[in-house]
Amino acid sequence: MAAETKIDDEIEKLRQEIQELRRNCAAKEKRLSELEAQQQKQNEQANAQQQQTSASSDQMLNNDDIARYSRQLILPNFGVKGQLKLKQTAFLIVGMGGLGCPSSQYLLAAGCGRLGLVDYDEVERSNFHRQTLHTEMSIGMAKVESAKQALQQINPHCQIECHRLLLNSENALEILRQYDVVLDCTDNVATRYLLNDACVMLNKPLISGSALQMDGQLTVYNYGENCPCYRCLYPVPPPPDTVTNCGDGGVLGAITGVIGSLQALEAIKVALGGLGGEVLAGRLLIFDGGRCQFRNIRLRSKRADCDVCSPKPMITQLIDYEQFCGMHASDKDMALNILPLENRLTVEEYKNEVLQRKHILMDVRQPAEFEICRLPNSENVPLKTILNDSYLQRFEEELKDEERGIILLCRRGNDSQLAAQHILQRFPQRAVFDIKGGLHAWHFKIDNSFPIY
Amino acid sequence: MTGDLKIVLEFSAGAELLFDNIKKREITLPSTEKWTIRNLLKWMKENILRERPELFIQGDTVRPGILVLINDTDWELLGELDYELQQKDNILFISTLHGG
Repeated sequence: MAAETKIDDEIEKLRQEIQELRRNCAAKEKRLSELEAQQQKQNEQANAQQQQTSASSDQMLNNDDIARYSRQLILPNFGVKGQLKLKQTAFLIVGMGGLGCPSSQYLLAAGCGRLGLVDYDEVERSNFHRQTLHTEMSIGMAKVESAKQALQQINPHCQIECHRLLLNSENALEILRQYDVVLDCTDNVATRYLLNDACVMLNKPLISGSALQMDGQLTVYNYGENCPCYRCLYPVPPPPDTVTNCGDGGVLGAITGVIGSLQALEAIKVALGGLGGEVLAGRLLIFDGGRCQFRNIRLRSKRADCDVCSPKPMITQLIDYEQFCGMHASDKDMALNILPLENRLTVEEYKNEVLQRKHILMDVRQPAEFEICRLPNSENVPLKTILNDSYLQRFEEELKDEERGIILLCRRGNDSQLAAQHILQRFPQRAVFDIKGGLHAWHFKIDNSFPIY
Repeated sequence: MTGDLKIVLEFSAGAELLFDNIKKREITLPSTEKWTIRNLLKWMKENILRERPELFIQGDTVRPGILVLINDTDWELLGELDYELQQKDNILFISTLHGG
């Protein structure tokens, strides 16, 4: 026992020390990048003064540029002209997640002049499998800062601007105005409508990518004569319960990697006037990663009565997009509150009062999630099988016993309420409860060795 | 029976989840009536739609957020609900993705 305690103590001490070192290291990195930025600014000022007599730095290529970009410079449709054009173009990436990481990486590596990054969020462990610029060192850091640090290592010659904020109707126009090409790398419907409307109003091309599970989609809005905007295609937002985010539906990192890289490609083509090919405007690229199939769909032309891009638009200034969509402008799950209080148990109440009594604990998550982690006495009853009543047959025996409570459980305590509500409609007299906060609450309040995802 | 209409239905980006998770299927529609997308949707609802219908259909058309492509072209270019189905047509239903 004593030996075990000693080991425990030492482990705890080491953990604390390492954490302290990480904090120190992060602080030093931050200071370093500030100083480097300061130095770069001074150098740029010095250079600018020097170059005022000759051409300015985005009017010609220096030897570093020529060596760095040589493999694209020799492309017949790219050339010195293309490189200079890229250097003179400012790109804005909205969302530094699974799409924003690869697209910013390729744009910056290719030598774009100025790159703006927008994200309000911080780096967390569940980002790493697809958001490949962020590292272990940057957990808890602002995503824009973490991305900037990584990007500066790739190409120190481009100017990177961080906008650490949630884009909304108040700030969008002011920020977008400073850039030439906008990349929609966001994760929610409300911000997609916001970006669309703002880009129409400012006449900026919008490179729109999205991904979920094994699928991806890509198109370019607001480029060329007859190109439809997002609203031409989707005049009405989808019902909130048909929208799945990456946190709930999952996504493979390589899928966002494919779509994000293609966004960078289209952004470069847009900046360079097509690069001898054809920009993906008026077309939708569909990527089915499961079959590794790309498909190109011809989209409709502009909607004559489009609310925002028609000659007589209804919407001439940005609106409240969260209200318009009935959804929040983030992919974070909001806590539902549809079950009466008397049908809700806290994790403590469940553990201390219910666990010993006769009950069925139904975990309503997907089987793949149930496989990751579960409470030992739980049965996996996916929400779908509750809503379509097939659970009735499966638990025919158990349900005959009216004394037996029915407890519903899920990851965060939203689906469990839907399930409980459905069961209560059939059995209004029975003891049906959901567990508030689900397995996340179990982790935080009962057993912190229980994994969260 | 000759004159029956054979078409291909495809589902992408999650729309297949409402249809037994089958991404591509060939169907044969009886030649007893003139087939448009309008009555195809009705037929689909009655015959192959497995999950909550409101996630696919609203009124007599598809819900907002689903694109309909006829032979890889947006149905809006081809008459939408009134488009008359032809032999071997390929009708693709895509749910719009929003994640990133």
